[in-house]
Amino acid sequence: MSQSDVIIVGGGPSGVAAAIAMRKAGVGKITLLERERYLGGATRHCSHSPFGMLEFGRVYLGAAYGRRLEQEIAKHDIDLRYGHSVARLGEDGELLVSNPDGLQTLSAKRVLVTTGVRETTRAARLVSGDRPIGVVTTGTLQSYVAFHNMMPFRRPVIVGSELVTLSAVWTCLSHGARPVAVLEPSSHSIAPAPLSWFPSLMGVPFHHDAQVVDILGCGRVEAVRIKRGDIVETIECDGVLFSGGFTPEASLFLTSGLAVDWGSAGPAVDQDGRCENPRYFAAGNVLRAVETGGWAFREGRAIGTALAADLLGNPAKAAPTKVTYDDPIKLVVPNLLRSGSALPGGLKDFQLRFQRRTKGTLSLSIDGREVWRRNATWRPESRIIVPRPNNSTGAQRVHFSFREEE
Amino acid sequence: MNAQSQLSGSERFDVAIIGAGVVGCAVARRFALAGAKVILIEKGSDILSGASKANSAILHTGFDAPKGSLELALVQAGRQEYLDIHQAMNLPLVETSALVCAWTPDDALKLEGIAEQGRQNGVDRLRLLTSAEARTVEPGLAGNLVAALHVLDEHVIDPWSAPLAYVNQAIALGATVLRQCEVRAGAFDGEWRLETNQGDIRSKWVVNAAGLFGDHVDARLGFQSEFQIKPRKGQFVVLDKAASRQLKTIILPVPNEITKGVVICPTAFGNILVGPTAEEQDDRIRATVEHDTLEALVTHGSKLVPGLAHIPVTAVYAGLRPATEKKEYRVIHRAEHNAITLGGIRSTGLSSALGLAQHALKLHGGADRGEFVSKAAPKVSMPNLTESRPRDWQAENHGDIVCHCELVTRREIEATLSSPLPPGDFGGLRRRTRAGMGRCQGFYCNAKLAEISKGCLATPLAVDQEDGK
Ligand SMILES: Cc1cc2nc3c(=O)[nH]c(=O)nc-3n(C[C@H](O)[C@H](O)[C@H](O)COP(=O)(O)OP(=O)(O)OC[C@H]3O[C@@H](n4cnc5c(N)ncnc54)[C@H](O)[C@@H]3O)c2cc1C
Ligand SMILES: Cc1cc2nc3c(=O)[nH]c(=O)nc-3n(C[C@H](O)[C@H](O)[C@H](O)COP(=O)(O)OP(=O)(O)OC[C@H]3O[C@@H](n4cnc5c(N)ncnc54)[C@H](O)[C@@H]3O)c2cc1C
Repeated sequence: MSQSDVIIVGGGPSGVAAAIAMRKAGVGKITLLERERYLGGATRHCSHSPFGMLEFGRVYLGAAYGRRLEQEIAKHDIDLRYGHSVARLGEDGELLVSNPDGLQTLSAKRVLVTTGVRETTRAARLVSGDRPIGVVTTGTLQSYVAFHNMMPFRRPVIVGSELVTLSAVWTCLSHGARPVAVLEPSSHSIAPAPLSWFPSLMGVPFHHDAQVVDILGCGRVEAVRIKRGDIVETIECDGVLFSGGFTPEASLFLTSGLAVDWGSAGPAVDQDGRCENPRYFAAGNVLRAVETGGWAFREGRAIGTALAADLLGNPAKAAPTKVTYDDPIKLVVPNLLRSGSALPGGLKDFQLRFQRRTKGTLSLSIDGREVWRRNATWRPESRIIVPRPNNSTGAQRVHFSFREEE
Repeated sequence: MNAQSQLSGSERFDVAIIGAGVVGCAVARRFALAGAKVILIEKGSDILSGASKANSAILHTGFDAPKGSLELALVQAGRQEYLDIHQAMNLPLVETSALVCAWTPDDALKLEGIAEQGRQNGVDRLRLLTSAEARTVEPGLAGNLVAALHVLDEHVIDPWSAPLAYVNQAIALGATVLRQCEVRAGAFDGEWRLETNQGDIRSKWVVNAAGLFGDHVDARLGFQSEFQIKPRKGQFVVLDKAASRQLKTIILPVPNEITKGVVICPTAFGNILVGPTAEEQDDRIRATVEHDTLEALVTHGSKLVPGLAHIPVTAVYAGLRPATEKKEYRVIHRAEHNAITLGGIRSTGLSSALGLAQHALKLHGGADRGEFVSKAAPKVSMPNLTESRPRDWQAENHGDIVCHCELVTRREIEATLSSPLPPGDFGGLRRRTRAGMGRCQGFYCNAKLAEISKGCLATPLAVDQEDGK
């Protein structure tokens, strides 16, 4: 067993940025474990998405961004290990790791988990119907195209209306597939206009208030039945793509019995990105769905900076306070606050998301005193930032209220 | 395609088995061990295309089976043989035990009767527990539990590796296995001539193990069918492996007349499943899942085991039970026609399959008459897919992992693709390796699997592969 100062799990933008930030802050042995054979995480298969403007001052497309991360990390003395898949997180910072040679246990004073997000599957959405071949998510479609030059279908029905949905439509159109329709279950597109006009502009019918109520097919998908209002109709297609519905890849926390916040579905973290178990930190999209690659990079750097400072002492002892919130707020990050910890970096703001589209007043109170409020129309999945007051960490009760209008 | 798929017109078999569900696979193995020349005929693109692909994976004791029934005898015989052979075949046995849980005082009153029936059925390791005692066995149970019956010998197995092991052993003994081969008709004139889409097959005996099509196949063989299949669907949700921290025991309800009811059950792979429902339908092929039912199952699970709340759903599925008008198995021996029908193996076939196979051999009588010379069992060892024992990803030099959620290595997938009975479709690949069966359902690995399985599956994952590109 070899001991590192810090082990980072996951070599996407946030993990790489954290590694470099910690190295610059003088942390000794930093080990970065990545289960694939490349860095970049999800950005790697987003072939047409631009990344890197804020962090590197120029634009890289998909895989090129990951290669830039590889170049950056090579400049620093970081123990980078590919093909290393972390299977279990131990209470005391011991990790069970599988690598091509076998199993090993690695341990560190602190562990930073940066495992990103994935999309919600058809199964987890509990969609009715048969279970044929050809039902995938955007990430899968992108991997087909980017890594294997293949397609899982030619005429899919696409579900969702997030930004990633537009990416799915574009990926289809630029690889010889023609989506039959794009369906959004709720009353409004999740991506804002004018981006939301994209499918229609490309001649792909877009329906809101529409959902898949049945998938038909024995081998491959043959059709779906969709419901729009009271009307049920059958659409022939050869695939179904469920786009978006991002969820943190927090399975390591769940299966290891480490605390997960049910709102964000990611690990519960405090203002420094520190988990309930203070040996563990987390950063990037594993904290919450979903942010851009650039955001994940900056968040990794900020939490890496806090972690480097935290390493100078013993793991924090203070029991965290839980941030509470009203319905229909979906999540608040950080969802824990620890007093007595004033580190550089970390999470300077609260990040919020709503479960559904709604109008009303959102306010933050600290120990019963309102310190912030705003009235607006709130959209699901869009970023909401509330500055985190300095006194929030010593408080007994930090609560986000919501008063819905009408 | 594999060596087993070639049919030469002049070959004559001792026994032709129609249907490669768990029952057909077990029967093929038993006759092959007895020394018979066996052919197993399956219309699907892989074995386990019917009822056997989706069940609860419980190896039953028969504690609640009807007294004196053939089902009880064969469940117990099948279970015993499984216990005898599982180690040699490297098949798992997860000794979960089961708790029959009474959630109302009325149900609690029935437990004594269930225990009594269990003892009469020869199942001795039974304990009546108070709610507090039951909760020491299974701390995750909700507080409103009234009482429970602990059935210590109910276990969980791998429902796919077991039949595959049976068929592999039959193949090692020279049995022929045909897939995508449908028996359309049969005629008997002292021996059978079965008409299939791959040509005629000649055999002295025929065993109908066609599951959901048992009555139709009897009719195709020219018999007046003595039963009618009434498919009964069971839907399931499979919860993330994180759920296994919440539950180690099979949670059974106090049964009612219609079904054993919805169970909450650990799987050998480390998940928890909630199901099955019991829904009568006419369709024998479509086993759809339905949103509202799935949602109700999720709710049910967390009502009985509160720790399951918030645990994400990994997979959903549905299976069809080959039920008939009667609860009892419909085993028909037509000695004058050299035919045996193993029909209506409704809800215990995984447990009883090896017992049914012994029974079929006895009905056939050929072994007793000295028609065949029994053979030594060739060594068949299945790759372990279960969490209770070491998997390949834990072994030395396992190489790259393809499926991260289920930790399936590339060499496991390649090995199965070049095995004696390689998967015929994606379901078969998943059942043999677990690749793509985990929480991301292929988000990370589906494209890699498409590449690796190119040219091997009846319905390829990538459309480009269909055009032969
Ligand atoms: C389908 C899809 C499309 C997207 N499109 C865009 C886009 O167009 N633009 C944009 O800005 N953002 C996009 N995103 C958001 C994306 O999440 C971020 O851009 C960014 O990749 C997040 O960085 P991260 O470091 O948090 O995680 P990731 O980039 O996801 O990196 C996580 C890394 O952890 C590794 N890992 C996970 N588990 C383990 C383990 N157990 N052991 C070892 N390693 C592990 C993974 O292999 C991966 O490399 C998309 C995301 C997805 C899923
Ligand atoms: C929801 C559910 C839960 C269950 N839980 C359990 C459990 O926990 N424990 C347990 O012991 N049992 C359980 N069972 C029962 C068990 O799964 C069945 O008893 C068993 O699978 C029946 O197997 P079979 O071989 O008779 O039928 P099948 O699996 O249906 O096999 C018949 C095969 O014949 C093929 N076929 C049909 N017609 C033709 C033709 N003309 N030519 C060629 N091939 C043909 C079909 O394609 C099929 O593969 C459960 C069943 C269900 C549905």
